[in-house]
Amino acid sequence: MSDALVQVENLSRYYQSHCAISHLSFSLKAGEVLGFLGPNGAGKSTTMQVISGNLAPSEGEVSIAGHDILEAPRAAKQQLGYLPEHPPVYRDASVDEYLKYCARLHRIPRNQVAAAVDRVKQQSGLEDAGMRLIGNLSKGYQQRVGIAQAIIHNPPVIILDEPTVGLDPIQNREIRSLIRSLGDQHSVILSTHILSEVQATCDRVQIIRAGEIIYHSSTKALNQGHESSFKVALRKPVNPEELLSLDGIDHAESLDAGRFRVFFAPDANPDALVEAAVQQEWGLYELIPEQQSLEDLFIELTHSEESAAK
Amino acid sequence: MIWVIARREFGAMFLSPLAWVILAVIQTILGYMFLTNLDNFFVLQPQLIQLENSPGVTDLVITPLMQVAAIILLMVMPLLTMRSIAEEKRNRSLTLLMSSPLSMTEIVLGKFLGMMLFVIVLISMLMLMPLSLYLGTSPDSGKLLSIYIGMLLLLGSFTAIGLYLSSLTENQTIAAISTFGVLLMLWIIDWVSASLSNGHTVLSYLSILQHHQSMLEGVFDTSDIAYYLLLIFGFLVLTIRQLDRERLL
Repeated sequence: MSDALVQVENLSRYYQSHCAISHLSFSLKAGEVLGFLGPNGAGKSTTMQVISGNLAPSEGEVSIAGHDILEAPRAAKQQLGYLPEHPPVYRDASVDEYLKYCARLHRIPRNQVAAAVDRVKQQSGLEDAGMRLIGNLSKGYQQRVGIAQAIIHNPPVIILDEPTVGLDPIQNREIRSLIRSLGDQHSVILSTHILSEVQATCDRVQIIRAGEIIYHSSTKALNQGHESSFKVALRKPVNPEELLSLDGIDHAESLDAGRFRVFFAPDANPDALVEAAVQQEWGLYELIPEQQSLEDLFIELTHSEESAAK
Repeated sequence: MIWVIARREFGAMFLSPLAWVILAVIQTILGYMFLTNLDNFFVLQPQLIQLENSPGVTDLVITPLMQVAAIILLMVMPLLTMRSIAEEKRNRSLTLLMSSPLSMTEIVLGKFLGMMLFVIVLISMLMLMPLSLYLGTSPDSGKLLSIYIGMLLLLGSFTAIGLYLSSLTENQTIAAISTFGVLLMLWIIDWVSASLSNGHTVLSYLSILQHHQSMLEGVFDTSDIAYYLLLIFGFLVLTIRQLDRERLL
């Protein structure tokens, strides 16, 4: 097989007759961060539960670092760190006790447990919470404990199901940078419905809807490949035709009084527009580049599917 | 690995006041029973001396004490076993064990052993009472050993049944009540009248306290041991299968 760390092939999962995911196939290479996007109930969590061996697939195969999750579950799970939707913590244990227990469960030798616990506490910002009971921690801290638990055995593959839910904006940023730094050495699968998070942390994006992958691309391509558009505001009323006659402008539409959305050909720049505006005294006072964001794409995709279904 | 889970399980019991309260209540009640039995024995003693082959202190004090203990524990054990799996399901912390590199057998055995450690503590504390008799008299050591093993097997089967019923539900109360129901049923199953001459032997073989009785009297019968071991083994296998099955649902 290829160098893929996670290989998912033709994966389907039914709850009785309800089909949660159908015929998913994807793979993840070492050092990649894959963002899993989708509206609620799209099958994100189910997919992650199946990959982590918490649910058995109805059809298809999952292999982690070459180990099939059903045939060699132990070897596969050793390569895997999983943070489920609800952090699987014991409320009656202290952070240190809990992390030690997790370390032992993942077969970390007894003499390396303390070092591993210290490392993950430092990575997930739990240094001063060691003695506290998990039940008394805030949601955000519990979430961090959950993340610490998932990375304690330094697994090549990390699966995080909505890791930033319930965090404040600062913690949120910290966790994102943690995920980014994890992505250097580990492969990470991340599910979320916060779109900016994906753009900020992931190498690749997969949008899943009703159990099927409907979009798949690298975030880099997403940020570049689209034609660029600018929002232009002019003081003097101008006919859109005049704009169209300029160099490099594909298409222009007027929005409201004096405002236009101007589409440029890929790689063109707005020089001509600015020059013309200065020469003809259009009174240019706003020129805002617009990028097609993931959000637009997400809404467009999930929406168009919906209307197609109707 | 089994040991890691067992230790956590054992430790977690003492984190809630439940385990302490149970130990204290049982010890107090049985301590009182023990003193009462001992008192009665002193009253009877002069008459017993005149009998040939008279029952000793073990038969008159310890055996009845442990009979009562078995019945009290039948009511108490469901409270101890109810949380084992149901609580983890409710808190969603079972995922931790499920996504760790462990087999289902290791998880279930770990849980079972953890509770058995508690049971050992419990029985050992009860056995301090008979052992205190060594201060003034000489109880039958063989019988005491038989009683100890008997209690261990009895509570082991209570635990296995409780563990299985706890794996069926997310609700601890339901786990406790159904465990209590099953244990009670296994106790009273041979109370049908002797008129069911054929059925009666089968039913009395099924009765969980019937087997215990003979061990309390110092009769160490392989069929009793086999009964308990089969019960424990059977319910542990059922628990493993139940947890495995849940991944498919």
